[in-house]
Amino acid sequence: MLDDFFFRALFATLAVALVAGPTGCVILWQRKAYFGDTMAHSALLGVVLGVILGLNPEAGVFGVAFLVAVAVVALQRVSRLAGDTILGVLAHSTLAIGLVAMALTENYQQYELTAYLFGDVLAVGREDLILIGSGALFGLAMLAAIWRSLVAATLHEGLAAAEGAKPLRNQLIYMALVAAVVAVGMQVVGALLVVALMIVPAAAARTLAHTPEQMALIAILFATLSGVLGLYGSLWLDTPAGPSIVTAAAFIFLGCLVFDAAAQQLSRSRGVRRSVAHAPEDDA
Amino acid sequence: MTQPRPLVSARSVGVYRGGRWLIHDVSLEVHAGEVVTVVGPNGAGKSTLLKTLLGLRRPDAGNVIRAPGLRIGYVPPADPVQFDLPLTVRRLMTLTSHRPAETTTEALRETGADHLSNSQVNELSHGEFQRVMLARALSRNPDLLVMDEPLRGVDFSSEADMYQLITEIVEHRGCAALMTSHDLHYVMSRTDQVVCLNGTVRCMGAPEDTVDHPEFHQLFGTRAEAYRHVRHQCHGESTET
Repeated sequence: MLDDFFFRALFATLAVALVAGPTGCVILWQRKAYFGDTMAHSALLGVVLGVILGLNPEAGVFGVAFLVAVAVVALQRVSRLAGDTILGVLAHSTLAIGLVAMALTENYQQYELTAYLFGDVLAVGREDLILIGSGALFGLAMLAAIWRSLVAATLHEGLAAAEGAKPLRNQLIYMALVAAVVAVGMQVVGALLVVALMIVPAAAARTLAHTPEQMALIAILFATLSGVLGLYGSLWLDTPAGPSIVTAAAFIFLGCLVFDAAAQQLSRSRGVRRSVAHAPEDDA
Repeated sequence: MTQPRPLVSARSVGVYRGGRWLIHDVSLEVHAGEVVTVVGPNGAGKSTLLKTLLGLRRPDAGNVIRAPGLRIGYVPPADPVQFDLPLTVRRLMTLTSHRPAETTTEALRETGADHLSNSQVNELSHGEFQRVMLARALSRNPDLLVMDEPLRGVDFSSEADMYQLITEIVEHRGCAALMTSHDLHYVMSRTDQVVCLNGTVRCMGAPEDTVDHPEFHQLFGTRAEAYRHVRHQCHGESTET
């Protein structure tokens, strides 16, 4: 089965979706969508540095994305500039520098720019699969280990710290995870869309979940579903795989949004009937 | 003095931010079973002091010592709308550590919030939210309960209930409590030690002693006068504790 390029692509996509789902939830809770985008924009620079240093491109992307994340946090603490100013400056600067660095390297032709920007999941090889699969399991294990304190610190950093969580350590681990998802997800949906793989399924899950854990599980479900629908859809319609996956995620999100609006409307009209029947207790 | 080791103590603590000392030269101790209330005007550094005692802020001068193994239950200054993720009250109860279901249900019952356990936190009213946050802190079975403005957002008519609840809980559990408050009457009748803060400790001691302190009057002006008036009128009952 793994000899088939399509099933290798499917396997890689599902592995990334497994980690992208819950990681994306935390991105939404921490309001870090543009933070993730900034890390993803630095991916090209990471590719070039990875190749120059004789590593593989993914290692370079991981390293640079993590450094950019740390730089953003450090700058936000030190600088007087607004947080999103720093994000905007860094995102576009690193993208531009990445493109310039790429053009300056000796054999410019070796880089397949569109593959980095929009993904090339159908080119995933057998060796890549081992790395992606074990990386996904390791990432999930890390996330599970810090999950409770991460959620606590996301809600209230002071509360978490006062009761023994280690917000700074957990945040660093978490940013490393986002960097890893960017590095591996770049192969699947490309640097420009990798954040979508994290936040769109999570945003859809938000409308259905009652607890953080439910949201994380539903996000995994939606991310994998997007992967399956997107890949089969790309096969059927002959469209690029990465954008097709994100398109599938977008439709799932839209469906959830409509479903949620309808459910709210329904419960509102029911609630009106109920409150007429007997007055609610209100001790607020 | 053969007092046992304090749960938490500050020695000449100062916190410097943005070119000025938010608090300076603050020394105080909280012992087991003691209720300590920090009072002071806005910007007096009450929250800063609490955060420093909790270890959330490193003091720029002096030091803070917490007893080893101290279990703290913290009710932070927060609003329900800040808790903007899918979160039931039941899940909030196990936010920082796992608790058995009986413990969390019991704690919610203690603060009169057990009917809310399936509610979403960001849909609670301020009063409900503070009860839930208090229950959450209690479910950790704390040695020290730290409450920063426990009546934040609670409407005037529910304030007395809330103070009564806090009093009952502290008496029943025998845990120490450290809080900030703006209600002088409550502070004076239910607190072992009052700390008047305005950048630094202006006066400190048992409520009966503090109320006659000139610094207290300088801080609270007419309200302090009004309080003294009430206290002298109903002497026997309110100075019992």
